Amino acid sequence: MNAEQLRDNQNEELDRQQGLQNRILCCTAAGCISCGADGLRQALAGEVETQGLKGKVEVCGTGCLGLCSRGPLVLDSARKRLYGNIKAADAPAILAGTAQSNLAERSIDMEVPFFTRQMKIVLANSGRVDPEKLADYIAVGGYQSLAKALEEMTAREVIEEVRKSGLRGRGGAGYPTGVKWALVAKQPPQTKYVVCNADEGDPGAFMDRSVLEGDPHRVLEGMAIAGYAVGAQQGYIYVRGEYGLAIQRLQNAIKQAEREHLLGTRILEQGFQFHIDLRIGAGAFVCGEETALIASIEGKRGQPRQRPPYPPASGLWGQPTLINNVETFANIPPIIEKGGDWFASIGTATSKGTKVFALAGKIANTGLIEVPMGMTLREILFDIGGGIPGGKFKAAQTGGPSGGCIPEQFLDTPVDYESLSKIGSIMGSGGLIVMDDTSCMVDVARFFMEFCMDESCGKCIPCRAGTVQMHDILQRITTGEASPAELDMLKTLGTLLRETSLCGLGQTAPNPVVSTLKYFPEEYEAHIRERRCPARQCKFAPGEEEVPA
Amino acid sequence: MSRHGYSGFALIEVLHTAQELFGYLSPTLLKTIAHKLKLPPSRVLGVATFYHFFSLKPKGEHTFVVCIGTACYVAGGYSLVQKLEHRCAKAGHTTEDGKVSVETARCIGSCGLAPAVVYDGNVLPRVTPGILDTELDRIGVQ
Repeated sequence: MNAEQLRDNQNEELDRQQGLQNRILCCTAAGCISCGADGLRQALAGEVETQGLKGKVEVCGTGCLGLCSRGPLVLDSARKRLYGNIKAADAPAILAGTAQSNLAERSIDMEVPFFTRQMKIVLANSGRVDPEKLADYIAVGGYQSLAKALEEMTAREVIEEVRKSGLRGRGGAGYPTGVKWALVAKQPPQTKYVVCNADEGDPGAFMDRSVLEGDPHRVLEGMAIAGYAVGAQQGYIYVRGEYGLAIQRLQNAIKQAEREHLLGTRILEQGFQFHIDLRIGAGAFVCGEETALIASIEGKRGQPRQRPPYPPASGLWGQPTLINNVETFANIPPIIEKGGDWFASIGTATSKGTKVFALAGKIANTGLIEVPMGMTLREILFDIGGGIPGGKFKAAQTGGPSGGCIPEQFLDTPVDYESLSKIGSIMGSGGLIVMDDTSCMVDVARFFMEFCMDESCGKCIPCRAGTVQMHDILQRITTGEASPAELDMLKTLGTLLRETSLCGLGQTAPNPVVSTLKYFPEEYEAHIRERRCPARQCKFAPGEEEVPA
Repeated sequence: MSRHGYSGFALIEVLHTAQELFGYLSPTLLKTIAHKLKLPPSRVLGVATFYHFFSLKPKGEHTFVVCIGTACYVAGGYSLVQKLEHRCAKAGHTTEDGKVSVETARCIGSCGLAPAVVYDGNVLPRVTPGILDTELDRIGVQ
């Protein structure tokens, strides 16, 4: 396929879709599938057959529609109605679109803040295209950014556009993407690699998973543009082994794109070639760290190594390697299409664009959202998230085990890289977990420390031994056996880990402890001095009398 | 293995496939892989034990993987672990009759459905200890 055929295909598919009376979009992301979306989709398709509507009404599976807590979700695109908690038996009613009472109850108002306050760039196609059909992606303008880059732009211009956009790495650390690309591009011509980090290990985060499941071609296109810009011909996507559906859809997407010469050799009949292979992770959190990820792709134990040299200088098999996160690559095609200036006009002074968050925990609307940078936590949690059902807000946790807990007094903090690190948390990859007054903050800290202890790779001693020691103290606090002196010990250990660990896992492991100690010191005190858990979660060791709350 | 050209770089891919075919990685299997890929057996064992995904022991007839990621933890995932440990086996183990394996996972990415349990490969949303009881009774666990 060349660029002209690509546009013809787009028009053809658009004409076909406009000729239909209706398209029923059925969310087939992992969340809805586990509530029975597959059976529902078959029931809808079967109903179309029996009513003789084939060729007039189309039933498609799509990526995440966002409101996971109400799944399975179905979107009637002609009538612009969204339904939640749909069963296979509801299929005839949905097709008829009747205002049948029990269906109307489950129809979801799309004019509520959950939908209107969002701004979708990365997730623009999620819920619009069928992730298993290339034609659908082409219909919404897919692969045209790649065509534009190859036909109209030099590699240097592509990098300049990305630099101008102000896009920063969405994996958590926020390194400017354009700068990273330029670093790899300026290495002398040799074998270079582009790696997509899809090892989304933070517990409570499912953004990358949803992007891969809902719009896999977008990520492939972003990687191909990156390959063109930095001079690489081979890309790898390192996906978590737990994400079976994402793996299956990526494999399918790569095959489709190669068949149409959108990947592989002679891309769009130009001289450029770029291959993408999948590498399946095997359950090691530390592999999200870039040097550990490289070791894992090479078939070794996923242990990080000392940096520098950084991967742009010496990465996969010692060659220059560009590593970006899924969401970062997904931002590339719109930047090339609409220009860096357009992207830079969204967000705050230092953090541009939008960010995808996975809302979970004690919040009314759990699911996947995308908001412009700079929106406050209060707006995200209470306007979009719908607040805390039946409880009182206590803390929001961002950044997973490397992040911190944000208490109520900081709810008006704008969400951008700098503001979040100022209050002791990090942007992280986008997990946002809400806790109410039934969560014990000491136990939360213990939970994250247990995670880091399990996931420490064991290469450097501060992390290997330090996480065990810190977990031990936290465990003793939650069972009421710790002495006040151990609190100081906990702080000392925290500093030690942060200063001396080899990689990000150990350096950031104390963050949840430090932030809860800072904002909820009274909970630690209550556990140690009064043997009392304010949230009534901890069970104290038998022996002394428990002091009633 | 031949698909990957018997390359040592493909060790993790080969282990994935081997586990899929045989259910778990037995010592003989690991030795064969090491021999075929021309890698020291220590390296193969090192990689196989480093990653949580690989199991060196046979699995039970049914497997429950309880998610204890943050969202599931906040929603009460540990009560499910306790229930399974009480009725079946400790997390990471299989019952003596080989009927049920109990495992835990660090976030399966279904946080909108917390707490979640992967039961024989299918995700069960919003699980309660009661739901587990019903299921365990159905498959005949005492």
